[in-house]
Amino acid sequence: MGRIQLKQVKKSFGDVTVIPPLDLTIEDGEFTVFVGPSGCGKSTLLRLIAGLEDTSDGVIEIDGKDATSLPPAKRSLAMVFQSYALYPHMTVRKNIAFPMKMAGVDKAEQDRRIEAAAKALNLADYLDRRPGQLSGGQRQRVAIGRAIVREPAAFLFDEPLSNLDAALRVGMRMEISELHKKLDTTMIYVTHDQVEAMTMADKIVVLQAGVIEQVGSPLELYRTPRNKFVAGFIGSPKMNFLEGPEAAKHDAHTIGIRPEHVEVSTTEGLWQGKVGVAEHLGSDTFIHVHGVPGCDPMTVRVGGEIPVHHGDTIFLNPNLEHLHRFDAEGLRIQ
Amino acid sequence: MATQHSRSAARLMMAPAVFLLLVWMLVPLSMTLWFSFRKYLPLRGGDLGWAGFDNYVRFVTSSSFWPSVMTTLIIVGGVLVVTVMFGVLLAILLDQPMWGQGVVRILVIAPFFVMPTVSALVWKNMFMDPTNGLFAHLWRFFGAEPISWLSEASLPSLVMIVSWQWLPFATLILLTAIQSLDSEQLEAAEMDGASPLSRFFYIILPHLSRAITIVVLIQTIFLLSIFAEIFVTTSGAFGTKTLTYLIFQRVLESQNVGLGSAGGVYAIILANIVALFLMRIVGKNLDA
Amino acid sequence: MARAVTTQRKAINTAFAWGVGLLIFFPILWTILTSFKTEAQAISDPPVFLFFDWTLENYAAVQERSNYARFLWNSIIIAVGSTILGTIIAVPAAWSMAFVPSKRTKDILLWMLSTKMLPAVGVLYPIYLLFIRLGWLDTQIGLVLVLMLINLPIIVWMLYTYFREIPGEILEAARMDGASLKDEIIYVLTPMAVPGIASTILLNIILAWNEAFWTLNLTAANAAPLTAFIASYSSPEGLFYAKLSAASVMAIAPILIMGWFSQKQLVRGLTFGAVK
Repeated sequence: MGRIQLKQVKKSFGDVTVIPPLDLTIEDGEFTVFVGPSGCGKSTLLRLIAGLEDTSDGVIEIDGKDATSLPPAKRSLAMVFQSYALYPHMTVRKNIAFPMKMAGVDKAEQDRRIEAAAKALNLADYLDRRPGQLSGGQRQRVAIGRAIVREPAAFLFDEPLSNLDAALRVGMRMEISELHKKLDTTMIYVTHDQVEAMTMADKIVVLQAGVIEQVGSPLELYRTPRNKFVAGFIGSPKMNFLEGPEAAKHDAHTIGIRPEHVEVSTTEGLWQGKVGVAEHLGSDTFIHVHGVPGCDPMTVRVGGEIPVHHGDTIFLNPNLEHLHRFDAEGLRIQ
Repeated sequence: MATQHSRSAARLMMAPAVFLLLVWMLVPLSMTLWFSFRKYLPLRGGDLGWAGFDNYVRFVTSSSFWPSVMTTLIIVGGVLVVTVMFGVLLAILLDQPMWGQGVVRILVIAPFFVMPTVSALVWKNMFMDPTNGLFAHLWRFFGAEPISWLSEASLPSLVMIVSWQWLPFATLILLTAIQSLDSEQLEAAEMDGASPLSRFFYIILPHLSRAITIVVLIQTIFLLSIFAEIFVTTSGAFGTKTLTYLIFQRVLESQNVGLGSAGGVYAIILANIVALFLMRIVGKNLDA
Repeated sequence: MARAVTTQRKAINTAFAWGVGLLIFFPILWTILTSFKTEAQAISDPPVFLFFDWTLENYAAVQERSNYARFLWNSIIIAVGSTILGTIIAVPAAWSMAFVPSKRTKDILLWMLSTKMLPAVGVLYPIYLLFIRLGWLDTQIGLVLVLMLINLPIIVWMLYTYFREIPGEILEAARMDGASLKDEIIYVLTPMAVPGIASTILLNIILAWNEAFWTLNLTAANAAPLTAFIASYSSPEGLFYAKLSAASVMAIAPILIMGWFSQKQLVRGLTFGAVK
């Protein structure tokens, strides 16, 4: 069980309010991702749930019970830190055993759980090594192992993959997703990387300056971003925004079109521009087009390879079905 | 970054150390302050009543006062200059590639392990003695008249003894600091055509400034209250009476507690001036 | 990247550094050598360096004159006792400062250091009186307490700097893992800080061992440590260089030996944790 409810939770350091009063419900078994640019308060929010910081106001309920003033140890949550935070002086086995030792789990049960975790995480060969002798990915798995054996009500992940290299990150992403399917336990995952958010989450919470901008499933956010911030943050490459006359044609202050929703033509189209940098990835080509009124450069994405060069003139046709319209405040116009 | 719970725990765990030091500071200090306003002669009748500022006036107007302040400053300043200068040179030397670096390092830090009473006695007798000391042998070997170091050149001799004790400390801190210097910086400077000398002045020395600050701070703390070296070598004669030693004589030798306490208050004020000055610098360095 | 250094350059460095090192070490070496000479050889001109009749008679004479073992025992009790006691008080304080810093933390730390600057002589008589009142004059317990108090700021400061190198996330992980504050300090912080704590303890044992103001002024016969033992040799009685040397060696040998065996921690400690 792990239903977490935040009611009017507020956090300020001295006079600075980092999180204005906020409501959020995380359902049992849900994989929730907090995403936002650095400094948006997502880590602080996670630490409030963990109990590593005090709330300045409001109530945090875990499984319907008020946990606001419980110390971290009493909240039956487990956390995986960005730096892994393994105990360098203990072997992998002792690291994983530590939370059980603290909880007074008997020795046989400890061993059983360690074996199970080691098997699930491919750590069986490393149990007697120290963290210093492990690679980044292995350390990450030990940190997860240490979290699993507690059998917590919910897992908290604080940017756990940001210290890994790109290839390993993709692998660990899948492992964590699979772990979630297998354990079916609530997970809260903090990241600044929208790709991680999109690929892993059941529910994404987009934060900016401590304020929740939107909550929804990955595709909801992609299809119907509530405002310009979410529209620009979710999706890669970023959505193009046009202001001025082009937007006025659609009765909007700003219009947004994703790079993948623009067609390229060499002969005719709504907009005309000159090719700036073209990034040829093989599977896709990203073209940065200069000269489109109200948006410079405009990024477009073309599947596969396309023979364009710097300085070529091309024409662009936006797919109007996927046009996003925003008012002067940046809010979505339905 | 902490919770209410850990903050109150922190306060509780800091309490014993803070409380002990507070008592250690306040109780004797207020007693000293009290005595300094009393006519207090333990061997001649004890506490003979209120003295107002008499003790303060007498202590400052005594002919020994200003010389003792000067002596204190000369010894502290002299030792600081010698140890920092030679410390930098030694640190650079020890940083060079060589065989047996570990052994040389042990040799260099060894004087720090020697208790001040021992080092003062060894230097006084076996090196600086005008008839049997090693220096006297050396002087005679070159046909020179041996010097009675501790009476004719008392302050330089003391500075030398104390510098010998503190040089290892300065060297070690500076060496650690030099070793933390990013060698790419030096290589970049070399590529830019900087000579070894300008590399020293523009890169190494600025890099050492924090370490030098720390050397100065810690040494000053210990040097201001230097006692055993003087006690053992000259007992304050030949112009080696520091403020500390002067007060010591007033309190213990002349058994004039009132006068000595007034001196103590002056010493505390002097130390506080130095402390305030140094703490500013260290305070800045603590953030880094 | 280190560059290849010519052997010639390295040889010059080596010779020069060894020369300087031996020069600095020479007074100690000379004292050790002299302690094995006869009094006549100790003052002979020109001095004899190695080729003399090695003798242990000075050590016997020193032992006969004063009971070395008692001074040694006092030194050990006072130095080790004050350091251990100080560390026990300082660990929680340093934990607080390093991991739960507040606006006042820095001020408290600087205030603690500034108590080190209070001239001891300024409070000598009050302490003397208090000690008489409390019956602590010339006792081990009295000196243990005084030396603990004068080194406490240094111990707190050093531990603080070492603790600050330990990432706070690890302690938070322990908290998440269900560790109480006590568990956190015993099972996580202390084992991780062992090198730093060892350096702190070693350095402060040396400082306490060599402390020569309070030990000289607050002891007489019972609790006098080696600083007082050696100070009794300050007034010469006839030929005494060899005996002085023997006494000196006996006073500094324990620390020198300890220094040799724990060189790495000591070098770290000698920088007072102030420089990495």
